[in-house]
Amino acid sequence: MTKGPRDKRMTIDEVVATLEDGITLGIGGWGPRRKPMALVRAILRSELKDLTLVSWGGADVGLLVRAGKVKKLVYAFVSLDSVPLEPNFQKARQEGTIPEVVELDEGMFQTGLQAAAQRLPFLPMRAGLGSDVLVNNPWIKTVTSPYDDGQELVAVPALELDVGLVHLNRADRHGNATYLGPDPYFDDLFCMAAERAYVSCEQVVDTAGLTVDAPVQRLLVSRMMVDGVVETPNGAHFTTCTPDYERDERFQRAYAAAAGGSDEEWAAFEERFLSGDEAAYQAAIAEFAKEQAQ
Amino acid sequence: MTPTRADVCAAAIADAFADDGELFASPMGLLPMLGVRLCRLTQNPDLVISDGESLFLASPPPLFAQHSVERDVVEGWIPFRRVFDVVAYGKRHVMMGATQVDRHGNQNISAIGDFTQPKRQLLGSRGAPGNTVNNRTSYWVPKHSPRVFVEKVDIVSGVGPARAKAAGKGASRYHDIHRIVSNLAVFDVRGPGDTLRLLSVHPGVTLDEVREASGCDLHVDADGAIPETRLPTAEELVLVNEVLDPKGLRFKEVPQDA
Repeated sequence: MTKGPRDKRMTIDEVVATLEDGITLGIGGWGPRRKPMALVRAILRSELKDLTLVSWGGADVGLLVRAGKVKKLVYAFVSLDSVPLEPNFQKARQEGTIPEVVELDEGMFQTGLQAAAQRLPFLPMRAGLGSDVLVNNPWIKTVTSPYDDGQELVAVPALELDVGLVHLNRADRHGNATYLGPDPYFDDLFCMAAERAYVSCEQVVDTAGLTVDAPVQRLLVSRMMVDGVVETPNGAHFTTCTPDYERDERFQRAYAAAAGGSDEEWAAFEERFLSGDEAAYQAAIAEFAKEQAQ
Repeated sequence: MTPTRADVCAAAIADAFADDGELFASPMGLLPMLGVRLCRLTQNPDLVISDGESLFLASPPPLFAQHSVERDVVEGWIPFRRVFDVVAYGKRHVMMGATQVDRHGNQNISAIGDFTQPKRQLLGSRGAPGNTVNNRTSYWVPKHSPRVFVEKVDIVSGVGPARAKAAGKGASRYHDIHRIVSNLAVFDVRGPGDTLRLLSVHPGVTLDEVREASGCDLHVDADGAIPETRLPTAEELVLVNEVLDPKGLRFKEVPQDA
């Protein structure tokens, strides 16, 4: 009897049960694109608090700051693209409800994840020099090249994560995973920068199935980087998960209107869409889509 | 065809990319996308352009057209991670927006007010700090006003030349703020002490109007005889109206009657 790699399939709730108050959580994807929203929704339902959130942010950031889950936010932008300014994030910043914020240049953010993924304390780059990123984050230091050029560069600190959460199109039960859309984003880096990483996906398939229709170059994430796999169909909703589905613009507009509206409007949105489990969410958005189609 | 203000802006943006040679032209926003594509079809056919997502396209499609395998020939792959590579590589000219831009060429897209608790939270710095110290950077301002052109930005996202010099050669070596194009005029940052300098005013706009619409001093060379921004050519007007923006999306940013 030969042995195979272990089966890492979990449920959404089992993943969230491994998380603890105060951890540093990296969320993959990019803005309103391929975000592990089913896992984010489960965190909203949990008792988790005091999170440090590291994200090129979209509604993942908006939802978690609105729910008061975030003690520290590390971001380079928070945007829904077709709605440029994320209303929940805006509100939280303007009301001062996020205790600590670290705003980086978006390229510094990648460099910080690379440093963490390579187990280095920092990596040098130009981005940040002369800007208020260094003024507002005086703990970020510069480093002088030891070579003849003697240039002063930013020593971008490693963005070390306790846990990385990413959403891909397909995965096998061992944690190998492919993206089928146009852009890998940085999901491999989020996994490698983290102590533990969880992959949610549209569909769990046999390992052989991963490369039936997709070239091997799309195998972005290797099982050695992954601790758990969750099948969450439509789990990136309402962000993109090309080619499985595009962004749900109608729902995003409804989200943005509620988030930017009165407390009552937000409470009604929460009650309708976010008060139940993932199955209840999927049922509620199916009902919403039906209403909109009429 | 009578050129509209939006057409004048598109041609002025195209001019900003005309001498770039073979590099990645990276427009943020509608008019910049139009101007870059116009430039690629006329003055600088070597420009490398993208679909705004992750593909380099061999020829420019109309604004916001869905990518079409039948129409668009793909010549490269530019996902976000490779955009960062090209920023550091340097063969890139980005034209960004600016919620504020100041006399010293600093740009703000981060927040209005105090950073700790802003009056108005904007996008965040995005790539502005990295862009400005790595590759050629220009700005597009669709609605020139004293709230946009300010004496001093609230938060420095994009770095102006004086701050880049003060930060040392790591910051200044590749720093290159090229043009600031607004709906009223065209600027660079080669005024005294690396400040805003007015290069041209759009046809139908007076110098006084530009000054009134600005919350900071604008340097004017010599005797104040400011040239008019050129009118688009007949070829450019045909390309804009019939090929790149037949739906007139540009008028959402710069209204037709302006």
